[in-house]
Amino acid sequence: MTIPLPVTVIGGYLGSGKTTLVNHLLRNANGLRLAILVNEFGELAIDEDLIEAEDDDIISIAGGCVCCSFGSDLTGALMDMAKLNPQPDHVLIESSGVAIPSAIVGSVSLLDGFCTDGIVILADAETIQSSAGDKYMGDTVLRQLADANIIVLNKTDLVNEAHLSETKQWLGQQTGDVRIIESSHSIVAPQVVLDSFLVQQALEVPHLEASNLEMMTITLREPVDVENLAKKLADDDLGLIRAKGFVTSLTGQKTLIQVVGRRWETSLAPDSTLSGIVCLGFKGLISKQNIEKIGNVAS
Amino acid sequence: MADTTIYSARKIITMNPARPTVSHVAVRDGKILAAGDLAELETWGNYKLDETFADKVLMPGLVEGHAHTMEGTLWRYVYCGFFDRGDPNGKVWDGLQTIEAILDRLKEAEVQIDDPDVPLSGWSLDPIYMDNTRVTRADLDSVSATRPIGVLHASGHILNVNTKALELGGLMKTGINHPGIPLGVDGYPTGELYGPETMTPVGVHVGFNRSLTDSDEQGLRDFAKLCVRTGVTTITDLAARLDDEGVEAMLNVTGEDDYPARVVPLQFFMGATPKKTVEKVVGLKARATDRLRLGRIKAVADGSIQGFSARMRWPGYHNGAPNGLWYTAPEQLAELYRLALAAGIQVHTHTNGDEATDMVLETLAPALRDVPSPNHRFTLQHCQLADAAQFRKMKELSMCVNLFANHHFYWGDEHYRLTVGPERALRMNACRTALETGVPMAIHSDAPVTPLGPFFTAWSAVNRLTASGRTQGEHEKIGVEAALYAITLGAAYTLHLDDEIGSIEVGKKADFAVLEDDPTEIGGDNLKDVRVWGTVQGGRIFAASKL
Repeated sequence: MTIPLPVTVIGGYLGSGKTTLVNHLLRNANGLRLAILVNEFGELAIDEDLIEAEDDDIISIAGGCVCCSFGSDLTGALMDMAKLNPQPDHVLIESSGVAIPSAIVGSVSLLDGFCTDGIVILADAETIQSSAGDKYMGDTVLRQLADANIIVLNKTDLVNEAHLSETKQWLGQQTGDVRIIESSHSIVAPQVVLDSFLVQQALEVPHLEASNLEMMTITLREPVDVENLAKKLADDDLGLIRAKGFVTSLTGQKTLIQVVGRRWETSLAPDSTLSGIVCLGFKGLISKQNIEKIGNVAS
Repeated sequence: MADTTIYSARKIITMNPARPTVSHVAVRDGKILAAGDLAELETWGNYKLDETFADKVLMPGLVEGHAHTMEGTLWRYVYCGFFDRGDPNGKVWDGLQTIEAILDRLKEAEVQIDDPDVPLSGWSLDPIYMDNTRVTRADLDSVSATRPIGVLHASGHILNVNTKALELGGLMKTGINHPGIPLGVDGYPTGELYGPETMTPVGVHVGFNRSLTDSDEQGLRDFAKLCVRTGVTTITDLAARLDDEGVEAMLNVTGEDDYPARVVPLQFFMGATPKKTVEKVVGLKARATDRLRLGRIKAVADGSIQGFSARMRWPGYHNGAPNGLWYTAPEQLAELYRLALAAGIQVHTHTNGDEATDMVLETLAPALRDVPSPNHRFTLQHCQLADAAQFRKMKELSMCVNLFANHHFYWGDEHYRLTVGPERALRMNACRTALETGVPMAIHSDAPVTPLGPFFTAWSAVNRLTASGRTQGEHEKIGVEAALYAITLGAAYTLHLDDEIGSIEVGKKADFAVLEDDPTEIGGDNLKDVRVWGTVQGGRIFAASKL
C-alpha cells in the first residue's frame, strides 16, 4: 500500500505573511523533506541562507527540501513533485493572494497519489477587516476565510488588545468559529500547519512551549468505532486544531484518522503501524479529563 | 543602389488621408519608396514595373492585435467546429452542426492512425450552437474504446474525453467531488472536464500537453500561412511564456527567408514577480528583430464572461451566478505598471468584466502620476463590458483599447439571454463609443478562440450581428472606413508600430494585403467576403495559392 503524499494549502491575501511562514517551516523542518510550491518566485521567496542551489524552476533547500514556482500550471507541478526521487514527505502550496483555496484543494483531490491536509489561512490582524471590506478584493478575502480549516491570525504584535479581541470576534462571525491561532512574524508551532509534524519521532518541536497550545497522545488498546471517534476529535467542545494517528477498527482493520479543525477523514492503513493518536489543541481545552472520555491518555 | 520595383494595381487604398487612393506603389529595400501615380514614382530613377497586381486591390498589410500562435498548432488536430473554417493549407473545413457529424469526422480520422496508442485529438467544439447538447464519453467511445480521445472546446476552457482517456488520467472512478467534473447517473465522470486543473491530468494523454499555449516551429510556420491567407502581415502572440527555448525557436523560424509575418509576442505576467518580469522583458526587447518584436507584457485581471469568471460590477451576472475570479491582485498590477512605465515597457491588460476594467483604470491612474509617461499606450484587451464612463476614463489616462468584435457574433446571443442580460449585451464591445470618446481602438479575433480574419472582424464591428442573425447594439455599429482603420493603423497604434506599418506611405514597411475585391466598394454587409489573394511582407510577395 503506497501512502499518498499529503498536501497543505497555505492561503491568505497579499501581505498576510505566507512567505514568512514558509521560511519559518523550512527552518524548523527537522528532517522532514518539504516541497514548497509557490505561485511565483518572489523577491525573497526563500531566505538566502537556506538555499543550496537555484535554477529557473526549482530551488534546493538545506535538509532535502525544495521550492518550485507553478505559475498557471499547479496540476503539472504537483505531478512533477510526485516524480521526485526521493519523494518529499509533504507538499505545501503557497497559493497566490487572490486564489480561492478550496478550488486548489479540489484540483489536488483529483490527482492519484495525493491527499489533502487542510487549508491554513493567514490573516493580518491589523488589516484583515479592511481587506474584507475592499470594493474589489473584499469578496475574495471572505471566500478565503470561509475556506479555512485553521486560521493563523498573524501580526498580532502590531495591534492592541482591544483591536485583537474585536478582530477575533469578527473572524468568528465570518467563519462560524473556525479554530484561530494567534501569531506574530508568522511564528507558529509547525504542527499547526502540517500534520506530518504531528507524527514526527521527535515531539520537541520548537515554538510550542511558549504558545497556548499543547500536544497529547491518545493510545487506544481496544478496537473502536472509527467514524465515531473521528467525529468526537473534530468536535468544537474539544476544539482540537489537529489530530492524526492510527487505531484498530471494530472489524480489526488498522485505520488512519486525520483531523484538521472540524474536518476529519479516515482511511485504511498498513497493519504494521503502531496505534496512537497525536492531538494538538489549546491548553485548557485539551485537558486530560476531556480526552479521557475518548481513550487512554499519555502526554 | 538597391533595385526599385513599382507595382501597379487596380486600386491602392493607402489609409493616408493626404492621398487615400493611388494607382502605383514603389518599393525599395523592403520599404515603401513612394505611393502615387506612375509619373510621380518614375522621378525616383530606374525601376522595374511589376504588373502582378494590376487587377488587384492593395491595402496596408492587416494587423491582428490579439491572437495566439497556438492556432497554428491546433490545425494538426481534427476540426470539430460549428462554422466553416479555413486551415493553413487553404482547405476550408465544413462546419459540423450535429454531434453525429462530429463523431463521423472523428471516426474518419481515427481509422487513419495506425499506432493504437496514439491519441486522437479534436478542437473547436461548441455545444451552445447545438441546443447545448453535451458530448459524453460514450459518444467518444463510439469512435474508439481503446484509443484515448480528447476534443477541446472553442473557448479552450473545456475538454471532452472518452473512457480510455479518463482511465489513463486516473479519473475513471466514482466518488469524485469537483465542480469542474460533472458526473453521470452512474456516478462516473461524463467526460467533460472544465478548467485547466481538471484538463491537465487527462489532457497529457490526449495530445493537449501542458505547454498548449506555446507554438512549436511547425505551428509557427502554419500560423504564418493563415496570416497570408487572411491578408495579415503583423500579428500578436498575446500571452507567451517565452522561455529560452521558445525564444530561440521563434527567432529561428521568423528569421527564415520566406517567413511571411511579423510576430509580436507579449510576455505573460504569471509565475514571476513584477520586477523579474520587467527585467526579463527589457532583456528580450534588446533581442527583437524586424520580424520578432519582443519587449511587451500581457497581464490578466479576470476571467471570461461566458465562463462566469469575469469580475462584474453590480448587479452582477444576469443568471445570478456568483462574481468571477481575480487572476492578479491590484497591488501586483500597481507594481507591474510602475516598473514597466519606468522602464518604457508597454503592458496590455486583459479585462472582460466591467469591475476588472474599473480596477485597472483605478490602478493605472496613480502609477501614471508617479511615472508620467505621455506615450505609454497601455492597452485594455477585450474590455468587453466597458460603459461610456469607463471609455472617458481611458481617454483621460491616454489608454488604448482592443475590443473583441468577433465575440459579439459568436457568443452575443448567450450574453443577451444568460450572462449579462439584454441592456448590457447591447453595449458589449462598444466600438462607436470608443471612437467617439477618442480612445485609440483596435478590434480582434483572439484566434484560435474565433477564426483569424480581420475582414470578418471588421464586418462584425460594422454589422453587430449575432450567430442567430439578430442585430445587437445598433448604436455601437461603426462604418466601414472606421473598421478598416481599426484593422490597420488602429491595431498598429496599440503596438507602438504605427510609425512603421498600418498605411501605405513613404518610409513605411512594404506590407500589403493583396485583395481580389475592394473592401470600400463591396458594402458593409459583405465585408467578411472580401477575397484575399495573399500578401506582400517587407517587399516579399506571398501568394496564398503557392504556400
